[in-house]
Amino acid sequence: MDIIEQIGLFLQSAVQTGTPILFAIVGGILCEKVGHMNLGVEGMMLMGAALGFTVACATGNPLLAMLAAGGAGAAGALIYAFITVTLRGNQVVTGLVLTIFGTGVSGLIGSFVSDKQIPQTVREAFSPMEIPLLSDIPILGDALFSQDIYVWLGLIIAILAYFYLNKTKLGLYVRAIGENPGAADASGINVTMHKYINILIGGFLCGLGGAYLSTAFLTTWQDNVTAGAGWIAVALIIFSTWNPLKAIFAAYLFGMLRGLNYKMQGWEIQIPSQLLTMLPYIATIVVLIFIAMRKKKENQPPKALGESYFREER
Amino acid sequence: MSRISISKRKRSASAVADVLIRIGAIVGALLFIGIVLAIMGYDPINVYGKIIQTPFKRFGGVMNYTIMLTTLSLGIAIAFRMKFWNIGAEGQFYMGAFGAAAVALSMGDLPPIVLLPLMFIAGFICGGIWAVIPALIKAKFQASETLVTLMMNYIAIAFISYLQYGPWKDPAALGAAKVPNFSENAVLPEVLGVHSGWIIMLVLVVIMTIVLKYTKFGYQVDVIGESETTAKYAGMNTVKIMIIAVIISGGLCGLAGFMQASAVEKSITDSMSAGLGFTAVITAWLAKLKPPVILVASFGFSILLQSGNSLQLMKIPSSITEIMQGVIIFFVLASEFFINYKITWHGKNSGAKEAA
Repeated sequence: MDIIEQIGLFLQSAVQTGTPILFAIVGGILCEKVGHMNLGVEGMMLMGAALGFTVACATGNPLLAMLAAGGAGAAGALIYAFITVTLRGNQVVTGLVLTIFGTGVSGLIGSFVSDKQIPQTVREAFSPMEIPLLSDIPILGDALFSQDIYVWLGLIIAILAYFYLNKTKLGLYVRAIGENPGAADASGINVTMHKYINILIGGFLCGLGGAYLSTAFLTTWQDNVTAGAGWIAVALIIFSTWNPLKAIFAAYLFGMLRGLNYKMQGWEIQIPSQLLTMLPYIATIVVLIFIAMRKKKENQPPKALGESYFREER
Repeated sequence: MSRISISKRKRSASAVADVLIRIGAIVGALLFIGIVLAIMGYDPINVYGKIIQTPFKRFGGVMNYTIMLTTLSLGIAIAFRMKFWNIGAEGQFYMGAFGAAAVALSMGDLPPIVLLPLMFIAGFICGGIWAVIPALIKAKFQASETLVTLMMNYIAIAFISYLQYGPWKDPAALGAAKVPNFSENAVLPEVLGVHSGWIIMLVLVVIMTIVLKYTKFGYQVDVIGESETTAKYAGMNTVKIMIIAVIISGGLCGLAGFMQASAVEKSITDSMSAGLGFTAVITAWLAKLKPPVILVASFGFSILLQSGNSLQLMKIPSSITEIMQGVIIFFVLASEFFINYKITWHGKNSGAKEAA
């Protein structure tokens, strides 16, 4: 294998590793943009993974599996939204509980399908497709044009989310709510509705990300299949400074880091893999400090992040 | 036209109503789970029976969890009272375990009376340092402590993992990546069948109750939690108080790490917390950040955690207990609303009727 091909394959797997996390980052960004910090990402991903896997086995229909996975994530998000938006509960606690709950639900569902296998139809639907001609381009051909449907979907969703947040009127509402829900409310924006919609879409995306791990990467059920991917996503939301386009970069970069981790075991230079594991988190702290110092407006966390909004009677 | 309006309560609901609402929520959650279990074909009475028996049959196991959860929650509580959202208990726990292990592995020959206190101090200091880093970052750059403490967790776990697979790997373990066992001197002795961490835990509960309730420092912490501006106007050195409180917060979490490493693991591993650093956030919150209540809440949660194992023997997936934890807290979270808010229903022609 020549070096060009190797680089191509390396990038191909990096993009695949990054894709489930990309879904979760974009989902998390939507949620945080309306001012809600959701630490339940891991739980929603696991719920999506389990239900997606179950439906894939039961129906053999890849589309249904994806919808079920997204639906499971959105169901988790609905609990979160009801408690934090309608009942104004504590976001940190609700998110953490959602992760525990989601882990439990996924373990329970998983215990029923532990002997099942992903049917051939689903496996084929989620396997990489080579796009004629484009996939022959060196490096990029493997990295981008020989990918499965999830990779494409992830990219498209991230780009759509960027336009939604930054170029549409709805996005303007969302950002206004995240910055100052009181002012948004006063100007006639339906704060509660927008919060629900974005949190639910966010949950849907997290569920999809989880299902990518359970239905496209594996053929049999594995407990706790996300293995912390949701927490990495929480970190990378910040790393990408709440920007879905940078999220693509963050997710793939993380995928490369993971890949490097495996590759290096065969190399001469030995950097302990755990130190590489730390890197995204250290980088995230550095980014946090950096954006706090520079005070550049578009990179800041949503101002009302983590605060419940309560409209006083007038 | 009839209309429901919601307003913040001027004063919070009475203490009795508060407790009743919470207990009602927990009972409601248990009923709900019971119905779900029945629908799924399990006998809910049998399941609950097993769970209730757990503290009698597996008291040691329940207490191990209780000691960890209580100590971690105490640490979290002092930070949360100040509205410093320390969700880095997990990382502070691991660093505390690391500090204790560093002492135990390098000075294992010292007699227990010297060695254990040294481990105790090392655990406290390392946990405190790990917590003070986000506090300093917050004080200097105003970066959100919620996010930084969360990141610090993963850095700590990766660090322990690095030690376990790298420099601290036990050459005698035949290829298995494992930190060597501590010497006998570094193991907390058992008292009345449970490792003596329970005494430390009880003492800590008492100390924290006194500190938070009856000292000037505890009062200052609460004032900062109420309003940092007020605290500044009152002439408090808010940064200094915050730093001290955060060191105590991380230190306590570090102590939990020391106790788990010394008494239960007799070594350290990169999975020894079993995620309890996050569960402790929940128990601390459930107990309204009050030390004596934390003890009760932690004990209750520990029963659930421990009973997962006994349920598995009945061919009931242990994940049920995770779902139960989730549902119970969801119910309590929801009930909180009725404690903090007043729901008024304006009828068609009548005046306001109170519904909660």
